[in-house]
Amino acid sequence: MANYYQPEIECASEEQRKAMQDERLASQVKHVYENVEYYRKLMDEKGVKPEDVQTTADLYKLPFISKADLREAYPYGLLATPIEECVEIHSTSGTTGKRVVAFYTKEDVDLWHECCARAIVAAGGTKEDICQIAYGYGLFTGGAGLDGGSHKLGCLTLPMSSGNTERQIQFMQDLKSTILCCTPSYAAYIGETLRDMGLTPDDISLKAGIFGAEPWTEEMRKDIEKNLGIKAYDIYGLTESSGPGVAFECSAQKGMHINEDHFIAEIINPETGEVLSDGEKGELVFTSLTKKAFPLLRYRTRDICVLNREKCSCGRTFVRMTKPMGRSDDMMIIRGVNVFPSQIETVLLEQGYPPHYRIEVDRVNNSDTLDVYVELSSNMFSDTVKDIAKKEKDLAGAIKTMLGISPKVHLVPAKTIERSEGKAVRVVDKRKLHD
Amino acid sequence: MSIKQVSIFIENAAGRLAETTKFLADNRINLRALSIADSQDFGIVRIICENPEEAEQRLKEADFVTTITDVFAVELQDEAGSLSKVLFILAAAGVSVEYTYAFLSTKKEGSAYMIFRVNDNDAAIQALKDKGIAITSQKDIF
Repeated sequence: MANYYQPEIECASEEQRKAMQDERLASQVKHVYENVEYYRKLMDEKGVKPEDVQTTADLYKLPFISKADLREAYPYGLLATPIEECVEIHSTSGTTGKRVVAFYTKEDVDLWHECCARAIVAAGGTKEDICQIAYGYGLFTGGAGLDGGSHKLGCLTLPMSSGNTERQIQFMQDLKSTILCCTPSYAAYIGETLRDMGLTPDDISLKAGIFGAEPWTEEMRKDIEKNLGIKAYDIYGLTESSGPGVAFECSAQKGMHINEDHFIAEIINPETGEVLSDGEKGELVFTSLTKKAFPLLRYRTRDICVLNREKCSCGRTFVRMTKPMGRSDDMMIIRGVNVFPSQIETVLLEQGYPPHYRIEVDRVNNSDTLDVYVELSSNMFSDTVKDIAKKEKDLAGAIKTMLGISPKVHLVPAKTIERSEGKAVRVVDKRKLHD
Repeated sequence: MSIKQVSIFIENAAGRLAETTKFLADNRINLRALSIADSQDFGIVRIICENPEEAEQRLKEADFVTTITDVFAVELQDEAGSLSKVLFILAAAGVSVEYTYAFLSTKKEGSAYMIFRVNDNDAAIQALKDKGIAITSQKDIF
């Protein structure tokens, strides 16, 4: 039995979908061209006028936009509505002081929450459900998005935020929450804590979980499902294009349906920018059709995945995307936070260390660990353990200020980090994140 | 009156100390005293040798992470209580000891030397001199 929040949209015919996308795309391109100077320049450079883009078949004419553009235009350069029409912002962790900030009008927030409500319904949710939101609240989109979706649907919403795991479990027992929304690693941790407290899935009333914001495997899904006695659903999104709810999993659990009334998805060759066919593996590119305050046209997500347009057994006609299979850049997601090696390198240089380092990421007891090995040279060496321990602590503090997460720093003798062609092998990711 | 100690930063892993001492041997650097401080990840090898500047230079050329630190040495009678006496003088002068280690004299029977690394070398040396304790010079121990 399939559940839909807006069946007329989620199960629209191909003609209906195309007509809706064509109309919205043409008006979105016009809106962006008229209101965002940054885009106007990009389009003029490419010789594209708004009237050249009338249907989705014209999409390829538009220039791509990337995170570098978003940083360059920070903070207001891509804002397409007057600031007084905006009601909310969210932000990603930034590099070298420049964050990505996304703006929302009231209508943007509304439509975003609607997308999240679809995800909750697809996971079997109804207004009778009690949603425990254990994503972080604040600048992060996770808490706000699912909280809004839960409200839209009319569920009793428990705005727990992440952390304080025993309290999370106590609320599950006392208030009998039925749906859990958080990162998959936190869901796994809650499952383990439940067991450590001597409880079983029978002691709680959860039936489903909606987990996203970081990569996870089928193996992790099975563990979470067993330990919490639930069915676990994936959800995808990125701050730049609203947050979670860009795509969501249905009961078939065979890929995530992209909300195509709000987003057009393309797969491109990350090297050449060439558009690939459905079924081919490449970089995911999104065009937002309805966002008014911060509309992105052909935004390169850097996530590598495959689109599947075959009919889904759930009845939805929205195209499905696979879980991201990797990145076309060197970004890592550690404890839900986006981390680029260049951010760590920036801190090292600022603190007077050579740019020779090795980053080791691992997952121990379902929690990500970050170890940074940094070379210490003779000019910074002083001969007490205390001094070196203090240097390690200071450097860890500076990295935490940059990234928002704490690393363990290990100083090692100069010239001992392996180099290939003169460069250190920078990142060793020991986590098994992709099947 | 201080003595120059050569310190070497090495990884705390099997074989590193052996490699380091082999390098010293190959360069005919004879050790008078040695002490090691370690943490889980790294070790600091501290040595007293005849030509510390030259030793440091050789080590640096071979990419060892190394530095020279000023320490001082005191000659003590090889008998109970002589170290304690020195430490009480330092404590009374408000000097705190980062680390200390000992070696026996090859020249004088019945004598031992203590090497001290303190937070204030000058204050420590002055306090000991005031109490009539002689500070050992670099050439005294070779």
